[in-house]
Amino acid sequence: MSQFIRATYAIFWKALRTEWRSREIFSAMFVFALLAIIIFNFAFDLRVQNIRQVVPGVLWVSITFAGMLGLNRSFTVEKENDTLSGLLLAPVDRSALYFGKMAANFLFILSVAVIIVPLTTVFFNVNLVRADLLLVLLAGTFGFAAVGTLFSAITVNTRAQDILLPILLFPVVLPVIIAAVKLTAGLLEQLAVADLANWWRLLIVYDIIFLVIAFLTFEYIVEE
Amino acid sequence: MIKVQRLVKRFGYQYALRGVNLEVAAGETLVLFGPNGAGKTTLLRILATLSKPTGGQVYINGYALPRESGMVRRQIGLVTHKTLLYNRLTAVENLRFYGQIYGLTQLDERVKALLARVGLYRRREDQVRTFSRGMVQRLTIARALLHDPPILLLDEPDTGLDPQASDMLLHLLQEIGGARRTIIMTTHNLSRGLAIADKVGILANGKLSCENNSTALSEDTLRSRYQQITSEAA
Repeated sequence: MSQFIRATYAIFWKALRTEWRSREIFSAMFVFALLAIIIFNFAFDLRVQNIRQVVPGVLWVSITFAGMLGLNRSFTVEKENDTLSGLLLAPVDRSALYFGKMAANFLFILSVAVIIVPLTTVFFNVNLVRADLLLVLLAGTFGFAAVGTLFSAITVNTRAQDILLPILLFPVVLPVIIAAVKLTAGLLEQLAVADLANWWRLLIVYDIIFLVIAFLTFEYIVEE
Repeated sequence: MIKVQRLVKRFGYQYALRGVNLEVAAGETLVLFGPNGAGKTTLLRILATLSKPTGGQVYINGYALPRESGMVRRQIGLVTHKTLLYNRLTAVENLRFYGQIYGLTQLDERVKALLARVGLYRRREDQVRTFSRGMVQRLTIARALLHDPPILLLDEPDTGLDPQASDMLLHLLQEIGGARRTIIMTTHNLSRGLAIADKVGILANGKLSCENNSTALSEDTLRSRYQQITSEAA
């Protein structure tokens, strides 16, 4: 078990270190999310009366579309120099690779989200910088990263990975996005906790289910 | 010891290996020659547990593949023409990373000793992307030897190297990979391959057509046999 955790941490650390030096994934995700927020701001400014109903959707569309860029690169970077083979040669449970990658993806997407939230607050004049919304961000981006990392591994050896990943991922991750949007909207509308309990349940159960599925299936996904 | 019996590998309807048999004793060096597409890389990827055979039996130091892949991975060091290294990490960071996922102990000492042996100690804090092809390949060898595997699989390790760098690489392999390790190497270079081989094989069209004691072979004989076998296979 300790070897599993060591390997997971090593893969996570490696992803952070290489990203820190290249800034390929984070900068692309951040610029995309920022542009999406700006475009939505101008697009909806003229047409939408109640901005509070639109902002949750705008926020999560920006986060998930930007996150898709990062997920696409997550395993593609391992094709350079065939480092994926290097990882698969190691005598360690394959799911360590999944958890290391997933943790890194989660951190990248969450970092973008944490920066985008105050910017959305400024552009749309709706206060999103709140502790309860941070919990939604945590659970939502975690679920998105958990499912996305699995599908990124599934599509990495396909010829049209860039196209295939969103087509496969979005239908599966839709419950996470819907739950996150509904929770964000509910918190902005200051609904009672009991009114949002079902969305919380859906989001948390979905996160757990996909972690378990990934743990059980990842070995078969990355092997030929 | 490596024992391969009637090994078949198929990709869809395309056969990459058609009933390969080979045996390499502990400490022996087998060099495999063959044209592109002969199945050399496929064979080594199966031995390295990166690919599963379609049929046949493979035993590595008594462990059966693919059933006991986890045990086999500890026995194998793989060097290919792809480096398996991260360009944005330094030499030390690359080796430390692989050491951590292999669960190695006394990692700092191992890394330092290996970097010194492959002549990269002074460049240990430099990112791999600043290295020449020859330096990268030396670091690749250090990576493959990090967990001190008894078996080395070398898939065209001299690809992209100039003759001088190739000679240095083979010298390095003999010196630090040497005596007690079992080695299977694929190469297109007959003279260099023959120089380090205990046994040679010629793989063409998925079949291992020839396996001989290399001491009984001159380079000219090997060359004419290679041409005969590969032209027949074509």
